[in-house]
Amino acid sequence: MSATGGWHAQDGNDGGVGESGGAVRLRPPGNELDPRAVRWWRTQWLLLFGPPLIVLAVLALVLPAPRPWLLLAAAVVAVLGLPVALLLPLWWYRVHRWEVTSDAVFTRTGYFWQEWRVAPMSRIQTVDSQRGPLEQFFGLATVTVTTASAKGAVTIQGLDHEVASDLVRQLTETTQATPGDAT
Amino acid sequence: MTVPETEWRKLDRRTVWVTALRVVGTAAAVAAPVVVTVAGQTSPGMAVTVVLPTVVLAIAVGIVGDYVRWRRTSYRIGPERVELHTGILVRKRRSLARDRIRSVDLTAGLLLRAFGLVHAKIGTGEQTGAGESSLSLQPVSRAEADRLRRELLDRVPAREESEPRDGTLAVLDPSWIRFAPVSFLTPAIGGAAFGAVLQVAEWFGMQDGVITWVLDLLRSLPVLMAVLALLVTGVVVGVIGAIALFVEMWWRFRLEREPGGTLRVRRGLLTTRSISLEERRLRGIDLVEPLGNRMLGAARVDAVATGLTQQKGNERTDHKTLLPPAPRAEADRIAAAVLREPVSPTASVRLRGHPVAARGRRIRWALLGVLAVISPLLILGLVLTPLFLHLAWICALVLVPIAVAIALDAYRNLGHGLTGGYLVARNGAVRRSTVALQRRGVIGWTARQSIFQRRKGLITLTATTAAGGGAYSVYDVGESEGLVFAEEAVPDLFGPFLERIDAPPAHRS
Repeated sequence: MSATGGWHAQDGNDGGVGESGGAVRLRPPGNELDPRAVRWWRTQWLLLFGPPLIVLAVLALVLPAPRPWLLLAAAVVAVLGLPVALLLPLWWYRVHRWEVTSDAVFTRTGYFWQEWRVAPMSRIQTVDSQRGPLEQFFGLATVTVTTASAKGAVTIQGLDHEVASDLVRQLTETTQATPGDAT
Repeated sequence: MTVPETEWRKLDRRTVWVTALRVVGTAAAVAAPVVVTVAGQTSPGMAVTVVLPTVVLAIAVGIVGDYVRWRRTSYRIGPERVELHTGILVRKRRSLARDRIRSVDLTAGLLLRAFGLVHAKIGTGEQTGAGESSLSLQPVSRAEADRLRRELLDRVPAREESEPRDGTLAVLDPSWIRFAPVSFLTPAIGGAAFGAVLQVAEWFGMQDGVITWVLDLLRSLPVLMAVLALLVTGVVVGVIGAIALFVEMWWRFRLEREPGGTLRVRRGLLTTRSISLEERRLRGIDLVEPLGNRMLGAARVDAVATGLTQQKGNERTDHKTLLPPAPRAEADRIAAAVLREPVSPTASVRLRGHPVAARGRRIRWALLGVLAVISPLLILGLVLTPLFLHLAWICALVLVPIAVAIALDAYRNLGHGLTGGYLVARNGAVRRSTVALQRRGVIGWTARQSIFQRRKGLITLTATTAAGGGAYSVYDVGESEGLVFAEEAVPDLFGPFLERIDAPPAHRS
């Protein structure tokens, strides 16, 4: 799923889809996330798996009696956690994509449960960007676009924070110019 | 048309009386068993001297509390905003912009009705947390409530219809009560009744007595008869309960269209409810057919509208119901009338079926469900006694055909189509839902595809909307067909992101 990447001209096949046309499918959105997202996700996984591992290791050092069991548990955590922390973020980086055209926000997430979301500009109600402490450390940001639907929010994680703030400004300007209450 | 009034108004003063009666009633109900218990252990005089002051104090606190609440609560209908000040210790000042008010719902229980009072709830169409977007006036007089309704909802009609078709759209036909017992409430109420009997018996310390009495009664019968007797009792109680509930909820049901473009549902035997729905907020209807109703040819009509109360409370489902279970033709007629269409989109649409692969998925799910039931039995049978093995194969024999039948029905019910300005999608077997959604009400699409669906070339498309549940799905449609359908239904959402493929999507990049 990498070779098809790069920028797609957004008007390339606009309106070319009709009843009579051949089979169609959704193309991947044009943009990848910031590569630093991989490190961000990895850190999150390490923070999840690290503390139990450390606790188990320390306990194994201190308590001689249950040491084999504690070491076994630590090994299990490490064997489960390391591949997850190393490989899963790479995988995510490859499947998460996003694109903003003049008319819509379009994202794709997931592989086993792939999900494409599209929210048209004219229906966007709020544009938020969040930056948790880790995201700040890595210079990343998450942009959430909500519509009037309780289930229509579109989230783009792991953007470069400058790209994100440009995006927020652009989206806010576009949506403010659109009349109506967006329902 | 409305004179802008700016003076502050109070809730109805009689709320204090209502509260007094309610507190006295509650206190009596709580105090009586206590008095009996204490009297049994000491003496009746002792019991009264202990309990009476507590009761009097509780009643006094309740009444004074409500009086203070009444004193400290006031509201105002301004030209721009509706304001409400409440709170005894912490003052709360809430206000709603008048042009955002979407509903004024009235509810009155028996006690309130006796005083001619109602609870009024003024709501906006916000999707924020429940309670934040509405003002509750508890209570106001009936006349004041009607005035509020008129004043807040009766705006200049947004469009002048050539044929207004105002007035009553539907009233309850008592014969519809026949649809009440074939709901899932019947077994639930029947089962709950047994539990309730035991619970009450326990309060009076007679649980063992009741159980032995029933067992003695049943022991005199053959086993089969005993089981039948229990079953019949449960069903009878369930049917009576379901009918009673239906009557209490839907008695004097009346669906009206009021001038100014508001739909109003009025109903209730003991507790009366009045629910208003601005037609401007209507985005479609949902024709709901639970299995039992469907077998009798009945359907219910739910509104798909923005700004219906989305609270978690128990009234969540019936707030949006425009028509109780009624014959299918009547349901279609009401759907058409509500949407101001000559024919209901749910009747005029030609639904397209979904690929056969969707049937395979449903059958697989059904069999997995059966497996989940019988595998514990199998394990128990292998570990403990062969009795469970017998139980397992009997279960399998009974459940597999049922599950497969439901799966096949679920597949048959899958469908999607376009008619006029509506997108129609149908799914579900146990609860079949045919939703007709205005295409202009669709504010986004979500496409979902699991790895299993991808292998079969299926996709689930979800139209997001500000109304109703927020999203309505077309399940397991063929990928290419579904995407073309989505683009046809609401142009330029997925359209710019579609790409043509020559070969079928066996696997992607």
